[in-house]
Amino acid sequence: MEYLLIIFGVLLIPLSIAAGLIWVERRLLSVWQDRLGPNRVGPFGLFQVIADTIKLFFKEDWVPSFSDKPVFIMAPGILMITILLTFSVIPFGPDFLVFDSNIGILFFLGNSSLGVYSIVLGGWASNNKYSLIGAMRASAQMLTYEVFMGLSLMGVVMLADSFSFNSIVLAQKNGWFIFPQFVGFIVFFIAGLAETHRLPFDIPEAEGELVAGYHSEYSGMKFGMFFVGEYLGITLISAIMATLFFGGWLGPSFLPPVFWFLFKTLVLICVFILLRASLPRPRYDQLMEFGWKVLLPLSLLNLLITGAVLIFLK
Amino acid sequence: MFSILRTIWLTFLHIFHKTETIEYPEVKPYLPPRYRGRIVLTRDADHNERCVACNLCAVACPVDCISLQATEDEAGRRYPEFFRINFSRCIYCGFCEEACPTYAIQLIPDFEMAEYDRQNMVYEKEHLLINGEGKYHGYNFYKEAGVDMGIKNKGEGENEEKPVDVKDLMP
Repeated sequence: MEYLLIIFGVLLIPLSIAAGLIWVERRLLSVWQDRLGPNRVGPFGLFQVIADTIKLFFKEDWVPSFSDKPVFIMAPGILMITILLTFSVIPFGPDFLVFDSNIGILFFLGNSSLGVYSIVLGGWASNNKYSLIGAMRASAQMLTYEVFMGLSLMGVVMLADSFSFNSIVLAQKNGWFIFPQFVGFIVFFIAGLAETHRLPFDIPEAEGELVAGYHSEYSGMKFGMFFVGEYLGITLISAIMATLFFGGWLGPSFLPPVFWFLFKTLVLICVFILLRASLPRPRYDQLMEFGWKVLLPLSLLNLLITGAVLIFLK
Repeated sequence: MFSILRTIWLTFLHIFHKTETIEYPEVKPYLPPRYRGRIVLTRDADHNERCVACNLCAVACPVDCISLQATEDEAGRRYPEFFRINFSRCIYCGFCEEACPTYAIQLIPDFEMAEYDRQNMVYEKEHLLINGEGKYHGYNFYKEAGVDMGIKNKGEGENEEKPVDVKDLMP
């Protein structure tokens, strides 16, 4: 019974955070742009999310006649499934996790690689040139950034001597891993931005160039799933950063561990939104160059130095 | 690299800035007196129509939204028989106001003219004509220049030259 409750909580919390982010992002962006943002529906415009959802449900859910229908319908689901699956290995609290996998980080990396399929298949099945260009960019970008996203986490794995998220949290009892692994954190943060294709790395969507990228042809709740999937992705990356670099659910004991975990996650989400508010989108080749020529050597160097220091200390 | 961090920091500082938004239906924005909004026809200080139906506004109008028909009263003073502005076409450029020799047609700071029915955007003379003098007080075209309307004699207007004696050779 308790186990079912945990599963329900782990499903519900990220989904409600992702839905709430629609409102949070619009309000925060407007704060940073000296505007007010949505404040009409309900107190502080909080019901804007519900209004948006109702609107999405009542829109025509159009499947293009020229598309590859089964793949087209399947694609948004893959994104949601891969992201929601990853939440099962993240510890929300000391006992608040679905299963304590001893390959948690690998599970997360594998799932995020599978997430690329959603975008590639969605763009391909749309049978639309803009969607295809968007999907192509997305796959190239995500494959590039996947490489050193994994490498940047290996420093943490070395320090904690484990792939399990819960052991990594427990290993941070004496100090968060952001201090010894600052370079790893920066690299992972940038890779996470690219992985969720958030601004400034929203090149697969790039509405100025590609209409809406890979989800140009999607409408109704299928678009809604891509939309919520993006916010779920931000929540996931923030949660993982909070777990691996900021001590996860560890915190002063006057508040429950779940609170500290969610608090750290929300602060990191706000940083994501701040980046969207402040930075312009780089060119596509700049993005690839930055990935292969700067971040990859940087993460390898970080790995080398961390390993050397650990061996020296032994 | 440094400029990126600086950008992020400066954007973050905007939390402490005042919002620029005016919450319109509850808070009305300040509109300067020369704001170009709804078009009105004004009267002079004696409550006579200023418009002399010269058609200059209709000619100046780039979208041809003004139409009027001139007529004369018993004294020979011209006025528009009808004066119609189609506000669904009007672009609020203010050329009519610039063209008007008598300050009759004026744009005022009011923009709340939304209608559900397009036909209601067509304003007739009774909708346009107001009881005041608008932005230019104390101006009366017939006191400055123009034909004798019983307001002043010929050549005695405020900025008017004496009439030339066509039978005299002297300058």
